[in-house]
Formats: sequence, structure tokens, C-alpha cells
Amino acid sequence: MQIFSKSKVYDFMRIRYASLTLSAVLFVGSLFLIATKGLNYGIDFAGGTLIQVKYNTPAPLEKIRQALAKDDVFKGALVTEFGSNEEVVIRFSGSSSNLSQDVGEAVASLLKETGEPEIRRVDIVGPKVGNELREKGAMALIISFIAVLFYIAWRFEWRFALATIAAEIHDIVITIGAISLFDIDVNLDTLAAVLTVLGYSLNDTIIIFDRIRSGIKDSKSTDITTIINESVSATLSRTLLTSGTTMMTVLVLFFFGGDMIHGFSFVLMVGILAGTISSIYIASPFLIWFKFNVDKFRASEAAKIKAKKERERERAMYEKGVV
Amino acid sequence: MQKLNLKLVIFLAALILGVGFSMPSFLQTKAGAKISLGLDLQGGLHMLLGVQTDEALRSKIKSIASSINYYSKKEDILIDKLRSSDESVSFELLDGDDEPKIESMLKEIKGLAIHKDGLKYTINLTDEEKVATVEYAISQAVETIRNRLDQFGLAEPTVAKQGGGNILVELPGIKSQADEQRARELIAKAAHLQLMALDEKRQDRVYELSEAEASSYGDIIYPDVKNPNRKYLLQAIPVLDGAMLTDARVAFSQQNNQPVINFTLNSEGARIFGDFTGSNVGKHLAIVLDGKVYSAPVINERIGGGSGQISGGFSVDEAHDVAIALRSGALLAPVKMLERRSIGPSLGAESIQKSLIALCGAMFLVMVFMVLYYGVSGIFANIALIANIFIIISVMAFFGATLTLPGMAGVVLTIGMAVDANVIINERIRELLREGASIKQAIARGYEHAMTAIIDANFTTFITVAVLYAYGTGPIKGFAVTMSIGILASMLTAILGTRGIFDYFLPRIEKSANTSFWFGYKRSK
Repeated sequence: MQIFSKSKVYDFMRIRYASLTLSAVLFVGSLFLIATKGLNYGIDFAGGTLIQVKYNTPAPLEKIRQALAKDDVFKGALVTEFGSNEEVVIRFSGSSSNLSQDVGEAVASLLKETGEPEIRRVDIVGPKVGNELREKGAMALIISFIAVLFYIAWRFEWRFALATIAAEIHDIVITIGAISLFDIDVNLDTLAAVLTVLGYSLNDTIIIFDRIRSGIKDSKSTDITTIINESVSATLSRTLLTSGTTMMTVLVLFFFGGDMIHGFSFVLMVGILAGTISSIYIASPFLIWFKFNVDKFRASEAAKIKAKKERERERAMYEKGVV
Repeated sequence: MQKLNLKLVIFLAALILGVGFSMPSFLQTKAGAKISLGLDLQGGLHMLLGVQTDEALRSKIKSIASSINYYSKKEDILIDKLRSSDESVSFELLDGDDEPKIESMLKEIKGLAIHKDGLKYTINLTDEEKVATVEYAISQAVETIRNRLDQFGLAEPTVAKQGGGNILVELPGIKSQADEQRARELIAKAAHLQLMALDEKRQDRVYELSEAEASSYGDIIYPDVKNPNRKYLLQAIPVLDGAMLTDARVAFSQQNNQPVINFTLNSEGARIFGDFTGSNVGKHLAIVLDGKVYSAPVINERIGGGSGQISGGFSVDEAHDVAIALRSGALLAPVKMLERRSIGPSLGAESIQKSLIALCGAMFLVMVFMVLYYGVSGIFANIALIANIFIIISVMAFFGATLTLPGMAGVVLTIGMAVDANVIINERIRELLREGASIKQAIARGYEHAMTAIIDANFTTFITVAVLYAYGTGPIKGFAVTMSIGILASMLTAILGTRGIFDYFLPRIEKSANTSFWFGYKRSK
């Protein structure tokens, strides 16, 4: 079985302005959403308390709210269904730092009259921890950008590195935009998902760049646009197959993985889509824009090979004791 | 004679080891290294505690004041207005002749910054001493909490220092809320034992005095443990501090069979205790635990031997926990809760079940697809995939890594991505076949061409995952661990494993020349 005719070269770059415009709209739209609507920080980052309660009958939301309103601590608590109508999540911004006080027990006693609640999870995060986590998350992102930038600049060339980072920023902004649009809780799992998207999209971009790099060496053409088209066409079935298999697993996670990883798998879905598109339509055009010069690259590669040979020759001479 | 297929041998060895070492985790046998399940999968209590280091500094100042008090009395140095505030101790020397004596004594205490104004002394801690005190308070808190939890009798509690003066406590397998409550109270208990002298002159006025007035006399007001309305006026600088305690045991009082706690002091404590009781017969000595007076008996005679008793209406469990807390030492600084997550066992079980379903479903879909698309090569890739899963599990078990819910998601995701290397290789092989290369050449050069792409791509992903590990906490770290093991395993299985299998079948592939069967690609002749 095969999907794409192998010998055909698709002219991907012909529609690069149209696709770039689409990406730009999504990108700016995402930035706008993030700036105006903002992100829905879960208690991991914002601090607060979350209590998950399960009933063996459908949860009486109204009764729960009334019961909770009796205690000042839980006033303004958010009560929502979680996954099924038997399970609810109670959320409020307060967090007690007193070790011997038990919020779970307090809630359990308040809810006694509403049925048979089982307290399944109590998460309390103080405000200081939330800040620390947020800072660490941002730090992780920046450092991995820099590390990747250096690695690609060393293995490829600096323009490849910049183009990769441009594609990364595109993917991450759009993924975060989707998180904002769909009101997904930003918690540690979501952060892990965003960073996975980063890894996945990097992977995708590098595979295409690797092909462009070898295309530059082997292609008859010296036009970067032609080389990009040839390389993207050659890797097209791989790109789609891998996106496909990964997407399949993420869909399984989304539908069967349970509520705890719902947000996680949704973020991955958006990210895989963005990542696949960006490796073709963001990373590659950026190479053209950065005025990548095929002849110069060939010359510098040739110089590298020459230098290597020279070193080998010198070593050989040294080992033979001629020098 | 065929050359030894080293790649296949290595791959098979990895597969066998992988299967072997992951069995304990699958079958939950008693022996052998197993993956430990994160709290989100097995239920339990996770807490991040912050050490209130200010308190450690405050109590350090207090203990310096106690020392000065004890020494000056012992050496008959007359001092007045001995006061301790949050940051400093001050006193006035009455007789200038005693200057060298008191100064040589102060010199023996490390880390003091002494300011002198005539005969008025003000003593602060030096900055280095403050840092050292804070550090010590944190590591002491870790040690103390660990000791307490060990004696509490829970399975495998984790107590570890985390950056910024925090302590991570994980208690897997806590089943009931009552157990959880008890564990938290045991951790929270400061267990700060003090023996304090009653201010006999002013005790009668205790109910009229405000806290501020009391402190102007160098006194402090503490309530009675059983009756909070009953108050004692005590000299703020304690006679003895719990730091000098060596042992504490539960016993039963002979008069009413109530549980009491017997404690023993170290030699220095015993000496101070003996000296104090000897010279204060007829006065009261209050036994204060965590700011509450348990009893204030009259001293009848000098008490040598350095042992005492705390009585005060404990329940048996309570007495037991207090004794554990006293034995494992006072918390120099109290801890407060920064983060707490508790997951009920039923939720954990449900999470495991759901992620296992996801794992099997994802594997099944991907494997079917690979066979449909790549024919026999797809089967080879699937063998590599299965080996991959076993290797991930066995490596995680070997390093005692913890499998968390996001970690499970990481494994599932690895399945999707693990076939990537084989997809790249197979696509390259097809391409070479199309260009007219022989099957042997196509396989050899296909692998060669795919190699740089696979290495560069996996290495960059590895970089981001490593950064995740370095900066992440809890579940993110778990995710990073599984992902990185998955990346390494997939490189091993894809590059070595499938290549070895291809080499093994090469004669047959060449003979049959049915590329559609072997590679899912029909070669046009």
C-alpha cells in the first residue's frame, strides 16, 4: 500500500503565501485570545483547593452548592460535573497551610445530607508554589529553545536553527491559543502536553530539514525553492504516516484515557496538527526568507570536507613521523 | 557460512532482558525490581511542606539567652534586664569586673555578633550563622519527619528536601481519612518541650496582665492544656529545652493508670535540671509542650538523674504519637503546608485501568496499520515496537522509576512516535527500490540515509525532554523519564533491531523478489 506517488514533486512553495497568511491569522488570533481572554489557570498554577467527589447516583449539584454555602470557607466555590454526572469537582481559591486541618473531612461532613459522597481526591496548592511552577515552566521553555537552537546551528546551519525556532514558536502560540479558546485548565499535565508538542514538532521539522540538507548536496538544482519542494515531497508520506499514527494514539487517549488526561490529549491533538503544518509551511519558507544560499552552503560544506581531509593528511604525516 | 548477525543477537538479548526484567512489574511478584506506581495511580498522600525558618532563628536566639542565664547564675555574675527579642539578646552587666568572664563565655558560643555600649550588651547572630542555622533547621526537619513517619509504621514513606527550603513528603497507601489525619498531625507536631520556672512573684496577677506587660517583666503567659482558661505566668527564658532530651517512652501512671510520658535528659540537661531543682525547692516548675502547660508541680527536692514525666490526660494513641515526636526530636522550625494532594485508592485504580485500555488500543491500531501499509516490514516494525514497550518497562523497573499518569500517557505517545524511525527507514528503502537499487543495496543504503535524520530528530527531542526533567516537578518529571527512556529504546530497536531482522531474512527476500509482500510496495519492472 502507498498513498503518494513517489516520483511526483508537489509544488508546496507555490501556495506558501496563502498558507503563511492562514498561519499568521491563527498566530495573531491566538496572541489576541491569550492577551484578552487569558488562560484558565488550574490550581497547580493559580493556587487553591480542588476536591473531587463521587456519588453512586447522579450528583445533586444544587444541593451540593447549598450545603457548601453553609460554611464561609466554601462560599463562592465552583461546583462542576467531571466526566460523568456522578462525579463533581469542587474548586475554590482558598488554601489552608495548616497541616492538621482537613478540608476533605470538612467537605465530607457538609455533604453528608446530599447522598453518599466519596472524597476521591483533594488537591491543595499554596499561592507560592503556583508562582514557582509558572516560573519554572517558562524557564524550561526558554532553556530548551536555546539548547535546540545551538544544536541545530551546529548540526545544520544558523538559518535552519532560526527557522526551526520560528516554527516552534508558531506551534506553541497556536496550541496555547487553542487552550485559551476551549477553556482548558492549565495545570501541570497541560504544560507537559505543550512541551511534548514542542518535542514532536521539532522532530517533524528536523526530518524535513535533514532531507533539505541532503537535497542541497545532491540535487541538480541550485534553487532553494525547488530543493524544498523536492524534499518536502519525498518526506510527505513519512510526515503524514507519523502524524497519522501519533494522532491515532492520541485519539485513543482522548476517548478512552479517562477524564484525568482529557486536557492533555486534546492539547496534543491541536499540537500535532499545528506541528505537521508548520514543519512544511513555516519552517521551510523561513529558509527562503532568511536568504539561504545553496551555492554558499555547498562551498562551506566542501570547505569542511577539505579541512577534514587536510587534518587527516596532517595526522597521517605526523604518525609516520614526517613532520 | 553466514557471518554472525550481531545486530540481531544484540536485539534479541535486549528483548529477552526486557521481557525478563519487566515480568516482576507485570505479575507483581515479590522478588525483583518493579516499577513503583505514582501516587496518582495507587492512591496516597503527597505534601510539600515549607519550613518556617524565621522560627528557627528565633529559637536559636532563645537558646542563647538560656545559656547566658544559666552560666551567669552558675558563675555568680550579676546581670540584669536579660531580654530576648526576635533577633537579639540583650542584658546589662552590673559589675564591670565581670567583663572578662562574661566575654570569654560569649566567645565560646559560635557565630555571635556582640555590640557593647558601656556595660550594656546586645547580641545578634552573624550572617553566616543565620544561614547555617536555617540550613540546619531544614535538614533537621527532614530527618525528624522521616524518623516520625518511620515509627508510625507506614509502607515506604518518602521524605526529601526540595529546593528553596521545602520538604516533599509522600505517603503511598494511606487508606482512611483517620490515618491521613493522624499522619499529618504527627508531622505537624512541633514537639517542643520546655521546662520553665513560674514567676512566683507575679503569678497571682496573671489574669490582669497583657502579653506585652508580661514580656516587659521578661515573662510569658501560657495556658493549661486541659483548661485553656487557666493561665500560667512563666519566665520566658526556659530552664531547659527539649534539645537536651534523649528518650521518651509511654508509661502508665500508678495512681490512675493514665498514660504518661517519661523522658530522659542528656548529661548536660541532667546537670542543669539537678542544679535548678536543687536551688529552687518549694517553687513551681512548669512542663510546657508546644506552648501549653501540662503540669506545674512544686519542686520537693533536688532531682538528679535527669528524668521527668509529662502527665496530662493523653489518650493512649496521643501519648504514643507525642512520645514518637519527642523521641525523634523537636522541629526546630515549624512546617506549614504549601501543597497537598491526596488521591483515593479507587480513583488510582480507575486511572490505571483506563490508561491500560488506551495503551492496548493505541498499540493495536498502530500495529494493524503498519502491517497494512508496509507488509512484512510492518511486522518487523511491530516486533521492534513490542520490544520497545518491554524495554521501557524493564529500564524503569531497574532504576526504580515511578510511573505516573502523565508517564502512562508518555508511554502511549511513545508508541505513536516509536514507529517513526521505522517509517523513515521503510520510506527510504522504497525510494531506493524505485530508483532501481537491488534489494540488498536498498536496505543497506536505506538505513544509512535514514540514520542522520533519526539521530538528529531524536537528539533534539531528547534535549527538550532533558530540560523538562531538570525543571519539571512531580508528574512532569515522570513524563520526562518515560519519554526519554522511550526515545533511547526506540533508537535501539529501530536502528539495530529491525536491521538485524532484515539481514536475517535477506536471502529469502532476494529470492522471492516480491517487494509488495515484503515492503508493501510494488516495484515496477
